[in-house]
Amino acid sequence: MARKLSKKDVVIIGFGWTGAIMANELTDEGLDVIAIERGPWRDAPTDFPPGYMQDELRYRVRHELFLRPDQITFTFRNKTDQTALPIRSWGAFMPPNGVGGGGVHWNAEMWRFLPSDFVLKTHLTERYGKDFLPEDMTIQDWGITYDELEPHYDRFEYLCGTSGTAGNLNGKIMEGGNPFEGPRSRPYPTPAQAQPFSHTLFGKAARELGYKPFPQPSGNLSQAYTNPLGLQMGPCTYCGFCEWFGCSNYSKASPQTTILPYLIRKPNFSARDNSEVVKINVDSSGKHATGVTFVDTSGEEWEQPADLVILSAFSLFNVQLLLHSKIGTPYDPASNTGVIGRNYTHQTISTVNGFFDHKKFNFNPFIASGAIGMCIDEFNGDNFDHGPYGFVGGGYVGQVQTGARPIESTLTPPGTPKWGAAWKSAVRDNYLSTVKPGTGVHGSSYAYRDVYLGLDPTYKDRFGRPLMQITMDLHDNEVKQNHFLTDKFAEIIKAMGADHVIKQYRTAPYDITQYQTTHVNGGAVMGTDPLTSALNRYLQSWDVPNLFVLGASAFPQNPGYNPTLTVGALAYWAAAAIRDKYLKNPGRLVDA
Amino acid sequence: MLEKKSIAVLIPGVAALWLVATPCAQAGSSDPQEFTEIERGRYLAITSDCVSCHTVPGGKPFAGGRPIETPFGNIVAPNITPDLDTGTGAWSDEAFDAAVRGGVRPNRARLYPAMPYNAYAKMSRDDVRAIRAYLNTVDAVRNAVIANTLPFPFNIRATMRIWDALYFKQGEFKPDPSKSAEWNRGAFLVDGPAHCGACHTPKTFLGGDRTDLYLQGSYLQGWSAPDITDDKRTGLGNWSVADIASYLKTGHNGITAATGPMAEAVSLSTSHMTDDDTKAIAIYLKSLPGKASDATPLAADSATMSAGSAIYRDQCSACHGIEGKGVAKLFPAVASSSMVRSGDPTTAIRIVLRGARSVGTRAEQTAPGMPSYGWQLDDGEVAAVLNYIRNSWGGAAPAIESKDVSRVRSDTASRPD
Repeated sequence: MARKLSKKDVVIIGFGWTGAIMANELTDEGLDVIAIERGPWRDAPTDFPPGYMQDELRYRVRHELFLRPDQITFTFRNKTDQTALPIRSWGAFMPPNGVGGGGVHWNAEMWRFLPSDFVLKTHLTERYGKDFLPEDMTIQDWGITYDELEPHYDRFEYLCGTSGTAGNLNGKIMEGGNPFEGPRSRPYPTPAQAQPFSHTLFGKAARELGYKPFPQPSGNLSQAYTNPLGLQMGPCTYCGFCEWFGCSNYSKASPQTTILPYLIRKPNFSARDNSEVVKINVDSSGKHATGVTFVDTSGEEWEQPADLVILSAFSLFNVQLLLHSKIGTPYDPASNTGVIGRNYTHQTISTVNGFFDHKKFNFNPFIASGAIGMCIDEFNGDNFDHGPYGFVGGGYVGQVQTGARPIESTLTPPGTPKWGAAWKSAVRDNYLSTVKPGTGVHGSSYAYRDVYLGLDPTYKDRFGRPLMQITMDLHDNEVKQNHFLTDKFAEIIKAMGADHVIKQYRTAPYDITQYQTTHVNGGAVMGTDPLTSALNRYLQSWDVPNLFVLGASAFPQNPGYNPTLTVGALAYWAAAAIRDKYLKNPGRLVDA
Repeated sequence: MLEKKSIAVLIPGVAALWLVATPCAQAGSSDPQEFTEIERGRYLAITSDCVSCHTVPGGKPFAGGRPIETPFGNIVAPNITPDLDTGTGAWSDEAFDAAVRGGVRPNRARLYPAMPYNAYAKMSRDDVRAIRAYLNTVDAVRNAVIANTLPFPFNIRATMRIWDALYFKQGEFKPDPSKSAEWNRGAFLVDGPAHCGACHTPKTFLGGDRTDLYLQGSYLQGWSAPDITDDKRTGLGNWSVADIASYLKTGHNGITAATGPMAEAVSLSTSHMTDDDTKAIAIYLKSLPGKASDATPLAADSATMSAGSAIYRDQCSACHGIEGKGVAKLFPAVASSSMVRSGDPTTAIRIVLRGARSVGTRAEQTAPGMPSYGWQLDDGEVAAVLNYIRNSWGGAAPAIESKDVSRVRSDTASRPD
């Protein structure tokens, strides 16, 4: 029997980016807010000190900052007729853990989605006709437009101090920026980061091939910055330890650097770490959340009642908690009905490695940041005519190499022995002269009827609840898209002067053991129709109006960009709806 | 009475506080339950930082019980809430004044000078009555405190008679008519309620002030408190009045940040002072010539400097910069920080060994921290990197030896950070 705590106005489940944004917005409104986080409290100088943060073995190989599968994991299969098995070591994506969530270990790429991405189904159908789309593709519009989200994109960019070059300022195309981006209301708060040699060379080669390269927008700051909350950030030192690592220099945007020092001093905010929410409680009508139940590290169960519940855990755990709490109708692929678990997507990543003559090229590749890079956007979204190619979607491509950490940066040209003196010699010769962008092709991942999240019939977690089951495979559309993008990318690497260009296409079946990105999306998507979306356009549950579900679980499908800026902008958008609409008149904000 | 009240109400807050500096009219005529009096007392209690010693961190305000470390042993700060049995509720105003400004308890026993009555003596009787008026409004807390935990012979309070005879000078602050009002206000605050000398003036072996080394830096509780005179090398000589005021008000400026005991002083006291008062303190401190000290930099090619340079590049430069300039309000500029070149390097060594958290204030909430390097650098390496920082970019300071680091390492091993 859970022990009952005194009631709060708001309980927030999961204390990463979206939880921190929402906590700050709602405490500003005067509400009494508590955030409950499964993992530990983490702070920059004490938990990510420069004395040992750059430890590739500890953080990259041994996953220091991430959730342990022993605590909670998922089962996986490619096809509905297969038996899913538990993931025992993280591979394709990395579930974060602890205060700050993914905002601690991310690279801090700060992309806006294209205006057409938000109205994808309508846009593609109008341009190519509905027969152009694969029959089992279940993409849909978001129920929100780019223009509606723009002020919230802007807000998150300024919170983070984002470094970049505007490409479209109030409709005017700007030299040096991304000409395909939607109009932005003001420039980036700080100038783009300086680009290392190989990134600059990529930009030059792309320009000579007729593309319009631009620096990747970055949450690793080009200069010191004081954000709108008065918090100080430092300039990035280009140490090359961003993704998988916390930043010790206050130079990577994270909840720790941009929100928490301000938020934690508010008397109407409190937090519980090392406490796992196991259920969102609803009343007997099933239409009203009464709070949450959580379990502490001693195994004690507690009930935290609240008027408003914000579900802001990692995308997969949002869906899992909705399923376990029996909120919303679980998705059934056989009948194509239900919404919880529907339209699960990931990202379609590949890369191209370029080996250059080490006597002529020294890239000093260890000089980098997580969101460093020169990119082109000619092949993203619907920026090009897909008619001749027979697929939809796309992505940015670019030299986005984020460092040359020793364990992972031992690429050798084809034909090199796998070990011994010849291997060592090849590693030495190629370390400084290899282009290894990691996620150089950042392709979209569109939704399909047979790609979804559900509850596993066999495997249970430590509380005896079914594990969540992921059913995911790569479809022909994405394979074709990736082939096209990888070839285009390879042409630019070749034009940089590489002797050997190695294309690493993404191929089916989808492999759960190989890392792509941590951009797993969908499963509790936003939209205009309760039959095909779990949330309305304000990220409010159709079924339980005092529940809002934040994060990439709301993406109906995933465009060819990194998701975090949109995740943060949507959190501000939902917070504005709560502040301006919901609190004045609690209830459904959209009539179904 | 009516007339006085109406005047007091009409005077805006900041101006009213200037009355503090001029202990003058109508002594004894104030009404202890009157708002103006309570508010004046609240502000004086803030400038005096009473709450710091008289509150267990996180505990009930002014309820006492916090052990204050002195070179002679721990003294536990008493309960000064208005509780009748265990606080000061039953004390007469005279008894309260005798304790605060005279160092004498109602039973005629002597206070230990951990209570800075030698500084508070600069306040007027009215000032202390105002503080009392304020303290009478806080929650009475029942908390009996055994104050004296000193070893023999210091546990005999009568020994303090000798101390008082040697070091305690009664007498209210007397403004210097040749100086500006701001300077006088600053002098009053520094020597009186803010009791800066308690930490920043060196002490004799009996714990009395070395008045010849006034505010030139001292040692207490595992920290060296820096020189806060206008000395260019070890003091505030390169700080502007605005730099000092910003440091007191926000805990941060373009050069450095408050940490350790000063973080607490900023957090509880100086950040709540008025802008006029932090400026007045700055003006006064800038007027103190200090010792005009000189030092010869260590040879750049010496073994310790070479080793220190390499360690600095590897471990320190990411935040503090190759040139030691840091980032304003985030990473201290070690090239221009006088604390770094302090004659007593204890604090510099301690910060490298154990790390430090800067203070978070309303104006500067980031509260950046410096991680510990004590697990990573041995004593010789810590000495080397500090020698490099102390003697680079135009700075100069005597060499730190490995044994200096060993001393701080063992001294801080069991102290809270």
